[in-house]
Amino acid sequence: MATPAEAVRAPAGRPEPASAPQRRIGEVIMAVEGVSLAFGGVRALAEVSFDVREREVRAIIGPNGAGKSSMLNVINGVYHPDRGTIRILHGGQWREYHDMKPHDAASMGVARTFQNIALFKGMTVLENIMTGRALRMRSSLLAQALRIGPAEREEIEHREKVERIIDFLEIQAHRKTPVGRLPYGLQKRVDLGRALAAEPRILLLDEPMAGMNLEEKQDMCRFILDANDQLGTTIVLIEHDMGVVMDISDRVVVLDYGRKIADGSPDEVRANQAVIDAYLGASH
Amino acid sequence: MLYRENGQFKTSYRADQQILPIVQDRVLMIALVVAAFVVVPFVASDYLFLSLLIPFLILALAAIGLNLLVGYCGQISIGHAAFMAVGAYAAYNLALRIPQLNFLVVLILAGLIAAAVGMLFGIPSLRIKGLYLAVATLAAQFFMDWVFARVKWFTNYSHSGSVSTAPVELFGWRLDTPQEKYVFLLAVLIVFTILAKNLVRGHIGRAWMATRDMDVAAEVIGIRPMYAKLSAFAVSAFYCGVAGALWGFIHLGSWEPLAFNLFLSLNLLFMIIIGGMGSILGSYFGAAFIVILPIVLNQLPHWLGVPMSTAMISHLEFMIFGALIIFFLIVEPHGLARLWAIGKEKLRLWPFPH
Amino acid sequence: MRRSQVPFAVLCAILGVGLVLPLLTGASPFNFWLEVLLGGLMAGVLYSLIALGFVLIFKASGVFNFAQGAMVLFAALAVARMAERMPLWAAILLAVLIMVALAYVIERLVLRPLVNQEGVTLLMATLGLTYFIDGFGQTVWGSDIYRINLGISREPVMVMEGLIEGGILINRDDVAAAIVAMLLVATLALFFQKTATGRALRAVADDHQAAQSIGIPLNRIWVIVWAVAGVVAIVAGVIWGARLGVQFSISLVALKALPVVILGGFTSVPGAIIGGLIIGAGEKMAEVFLGPPLVKMFDLAGGGIENWFAYMLALLFLLVRPEGLFGERHIDRV
Repeated sequence: MATPAEAVRAPAGRPEPASAPQRRIGEVIMAVEGVSLAFGGVRALAEVSFDVREREVRAIIGPNGAGKSSMLNVINGVYHPDRGTIRILHGGQWREYHDMKPHDAASMGVARTFQNIALFKGMTVLENIMTGRALRMRSSLLAQALRIGPAEREEIEHREKVERIIDFLEIQAHRKTPVGRLPYGLQKRVDLGRALAAEPRILLLDEPMAGMNLEEKQDMCRFILDANDQLGTTIVLIEHDMGVVMDISDRVVVLDYGRKIADGSPDEVRANQAVIDAYLGASH
Repeated sequence: MLYRENGQFKTSYRADQQILPIVQDRVLMIALVVAAFVVVPFVASDYLFLSLLIPFLILALAAIGLNLLVGYCGQISIGHAAFMAVGAYAAYNLALRIPQLNFLVVLILAGLIAAAVGMLFGIPSLRIKGLYLAVATLAAQFFMDWVFARVKWFTNYSHSGSVSTAPVELFGWRLDTPQEKYVFLLAVLIVFTILAKNLVRGHIGRAWMATRDMDVAAEVIGIRPMYAKLSAFAVSAFYCGVAGALWGFIHLGSWEPLAFNLFLSLNLLFMIIIGGMGSILGSYFGAAFIVILPIVLNQLPHWLGVPMSTAMISHLEFMIFGALIIFFLIVEPHGLARLWAIGKEKLRLWPFPH
Repeated sequence: MRRSQVPFAVLCAILGVGLVLPLLTGASPFNFWLEVLLGGLMAGVLYSLIALGFVLIFKASGVFNFAQGAMVLFAALAVARMAERMPLWAAILLAVLIMVALAYVIERLVLRPLVNQEGVTLLMATLGLTYFIDGFGQTVWGSDIYRINLGISREPVMVMEGLIEGGILINRDDVAAAIVAMLLVATLALFFQKTATGRALRAVADDHQAAQSIGIPLNRIWVIVWAVAGVVAIVAGVIWGARLGVQFSISLVALKALPVVILGGFTSVPGAIIGGLIIGAGEKMAEVFLGPPLVKMFDLAGGGIENWFAYMLALLFLLVRPEGLFGERHIDRV
């Protein structure tokens, strides 16, 4: 039985050249350096360092509690590391942060989805995805209240962009439905749509396929790969399904008890003894 | 089968995004507005205007204001009458000291001053939420109560602490009769409702709702919490400031410092709970409810033939208010507006059962 | 995310200086200053009693009971009216039964249907409850001003004439109130720490679902908590009613217990006491020593600083130390 990624990657007529990833992937655009984070007595991350290259698909894996979500939260600015920095290439310049706000991360082109979805339950699908355009909507309070020319035009312009994302994710039928009423798989798609609406350079995906059946996983894989291919978005994803990770990722970071224990291509990581020990629970 | 969207296809985003996209809704609303302007002034009695329609319109305006903050942006406030007070006293002082100003300008300026004060008292919302914020807004209420009672400049050094205003004059048109006041208020209310609707369906409205639903996720997307919350406080206080000025000038005529006390703040909150939080229509429902209920209760002993003292009636009012709040919170937390929406859904299917 | 403790320290310093300023500037003789301070502390004890009820309910059910003041009024009315026909101790016992019944009804009709709603909804439900209990109490017991006679002389007594020049006037019933409050706090503290029910209450306060999963009967716990809060309300109501007379304004004055809980921390019993003392003392001192200079400086129409001082102080605390003096810090996880 083909894994979801295989089914997507090898439809007829689409060659699979081994060198394609190398052509596609660019320079390093983000680097995590020596990040450590502890909550009270619990150590979430310990001296983690890795980098992310442009247009690559970077996976972060590890057993439960390894600190993966915390890592994304640090990159995003939701948590501030006790030690270490995040460096992001923005506007041709390297910027270093250890206490970035989520808003700063967003304005540098970092978007993310959440493990527990975190959609705005009081709004429809369309409205949720429109919020993803928040950084680009500029009209003043007064202009919005009066809904005069520029405000109306802006609304329509962004609506067009959002509709294209809705088409891309194939959720047209649900655009006016309150998100709380949608099934879990569709909610995850809306979460992705909201992140894509920001036209991000780096997309952080926190377990995008958790709780999905095979068909839903295939669809989600397709969307992620298309976003990476067509839009050139760099993807950093946390995922538990090893089949998916090994197939769609270019490089993998493995965390265990907050520490990085492996970093390399899927094949290298798969063969790494420390990784095998961590997953099989051998004492280490 | 009256209420159907069949055949109503939208061919542009603009058409899809308008305030009342369904034709039947639009027709109904226009009919309502026309009736309100043309029919009511000739049909209703003075008593109806003074004790029902005029307070209803002004309180609906204040309720919209509070709803923007509490219902749409999720920031609780139990001291909002303080901003009505700011608006009222600001308008009083402006009209007193710069008599050349047009009343509309006075209203807008009073609203802006209230907005500034609102932003100031909204600053705590950047750090605290929920019940903590509720106590902070109480601070606004009691402090403003005290300021307007003690700082004599605001009441123009009046001995009793009360102020009184002359009838409003607008471009040579004096608002003497209840009908004239009603028409003016109706016009003001319609304008402000449209403005509120526009804000709510624009990106600031979405930013408010995102902050309400999940503020961490909202921040991650790039919505600045400070901007969202303070703008909500500002707009909300603006609306309440204008409402306060109207309340003082047009409804009361003269008032003492405690006219905008905690009781009024709680009434506003009850209006939006019963009417429906996060719904402009709900603000109207809630205001109507809160205005009508005491009048009904006052007539109740007469209808039932049972004698009751006024004190007993006011106790009963308290009990019924309290019970209704709890009832609505349990049964329909989205208030009368949700019941209305459900009714419309059923109407769509009518006369079919499903 | 670390927050600097500096603003909090600055606030404490300012308050401390403000407290002793009248002495330092010589604006007031020592005995008068002490009298005002003691009077404020006594008033603070009354606030603490009401705040205790808040803390109890919040600790065990996470509900912020706006209606605590109304419960105090209700309890006071019940005792005052029943005491007209029977000895005081009997009236108080009956009142206990009534408050237990009230707790049961509240749990059944208000808390249980709203069990999974967020805090703000429950807050508003308790607002509705306030209105209802106020109206109900006055319908049943009447709305005049009633007296409660505790048998303690209300005449002030002059003490410490030898030690301090001029001596200080204190009220005997204030002292009695303070003693009762301390006894109550000690009893409650023992209850929470030593008894099984007390431990169950703390478990429920920490995590409803976890407590349920180990078999703690949530509904019964809530009835117990609200009943205990009701008893605390009786104590507060009787003492307050004896001092001020039982009237509707108690319900409003009880709102001041909110700043007390903010200062002390929502989940801390000692915090409720200390917070009450600080608010009570602060208010009185501000009214007596800060008032007149303000009136002169700004040409105000009278004092009345008491009306907002507690809330403004709470507001400042919310900005620099939201968890209060003894409360717990929240950590929001995403």
